[in-house]
Amino acid sequence: MEHGTKDLKASTFCLTDEDHTLANSVRFTLNQDPRVAFCGYSIPHPSDAQVNIRVQTTGDPASEVLKDALQDLMLMCQHVRSTFKQAVDDFNMSDPVKAMNIEE
Amino acid sequence: MSRVSALDMPDVPKGQLPPHLELQRTRTENIQYSGAYASMGVDNSLRLDQFCKNFRVEVVRLTEDEMEFDMIGIDPSIANAFRRILISEVPTMAIEKVLIANNTSVIQDEVLAHRLGLIPIKVDPRKFEYLSENDTPNEKNTIVFKLHAQCKRGQPRLTVKSDELKWLPNGSEFPVATETPGADPTTRVKTYTSFSQSQDSVPHFSNNPIVPKHPDIIISKLGPGQEIELEAHAVKGMGKTHAKWSPVSTAWYRMLPEVILLEEVKDEKAEQLVKKCPVNVFDIEDVGKAGKKRATVARPRACTLCRECIRGEDWEKRVALRRVKDHFIYRVDRADLDRLSSRSSFFRRRSSICSSLPCLRMRRRKKKEEAEKEKEIVP
Repeated sequence: MEHGTKDLKASTFCLTDEDHTLANSVRFTLNQDPRVAFCGYSIPHPSDAQVNIRVQTTGDPASEVLKDALQDLMLMCQHVRSTFKQAVDDFNMSDPVKAMNIEE
Repeated sequence: MSRVSALDMPDVPKGQLPPHLELQRTRTENIQYSGAYASMGVDNSLRLDQFCKNFRVEVVRLTEDEMEFDMIGIDPSIANAFRRILISEVPTMAIEKVLIANNTSVIQDEVLAHRLGLIPIKVDPRKFEYLSENDTPNEKNTIVFKLHAQCKRGQPRLTVKSDELKWLPNGSEFPVATETPGADPTTRVKTYTSFSQSQDSVPHFSNNPIVPKHPDIIISKLGPGQEIELEAHAVKGMGKTHAKWSPVSTAWYRMLPEVILLEEVKDEKAEQLVKKCPVNVFDIEDVGKAGKKRATVARPRACTLCRECIRGEDWEKRVALRRVKDHFIYRVDRADLDRLSSRSSFFRRRSSICSSLPCLRMRRRKKKEEAEKEKEIVP
């Protein structure tokens, strides 16, 4: 969902069924993007599962920038996942006796 | 006028931040804005390839019940997202519906149901689907347990433990009470679940039957003549709905403490410093021959940042305590540890808000009928 004016540079995106978990991470990736002039998020009411993410850019459409930020976040998480798996495998390999006791 | 990034300006020095700014960036404040250091020619924006290059995971300890690992080169917002996901968004199976046929014990039905809900079940939740509101419970979304415990008259008190929960791979055994019971004996008795096949027949479960993770969790205590008979239906859920679905008992992280001796701490001062620290971060090493001593930072990881070492006169000049802002020490404990005892107080606080286990009391209609029939025969 998107509340906005005709100005594509600034938009507020309203995500339902999300909380700090996603919103704070996206805010971080957005902040790291040089195209972003301002971004922030708020949870209008703690009982509602809803976050508002505000994005203002230096020229690009805000929706595109948000999409890129989400994409970045996804790739980061994928990298974390593979690195983590590798680390656990390495740990198990280095200590095979212990690893025997662990299921899966 | 077109905007030009400071990074593209040729006269801006590129490369390293001055030491005090580098210290601020990596140890004290976390500045996320991409252009924060643009005037210094340092790009603070996130480059995915750079992240991939710097990111590291190191497993410190890994056992069946707990894990400690380091995540290095990641931002707190994302590290925190992982922690939040571990606690509240990783699905598990937990008892959600309890059909109580008989409960003459001192523990009330709703309390009993709540306690059953907190018992961790040893099963892979990936083998199951969520039970949505309009679904009928079937073999793909429900695990059924039976509990029937009785303390006979004249016997000592009986302690009912979680190993009394017996898995019913064929689903519920309680018949649904209908208007005309037993009207049509040819049809199968309708129960509270509709399993089309036994869960036993799935190879994964026939090899390792579904049981509570720990056999020795106390559910209730029965006095002579008391009895509990019930069925517990476990479904898939997430920790954000109710803490009983949380797969971890704790998941937390802390930033790596960094203890630095700003000047050489010698002899008497070194002894003092070692004594000051309650967690033994410092060690003493001998220098030279004349029995000179010098303090070293031997175990910075043990530091709790209690600031005991910088208390008192002038110590702040000698020791610096910092946190490495992108180095997270994660600790994950599995919830399979007995939630009912060790975390009961914690849970009590939480559950007062969200304990709403649907607890159904079912008439033992069939048993009653049987008993009545027997009575008819006896005289």
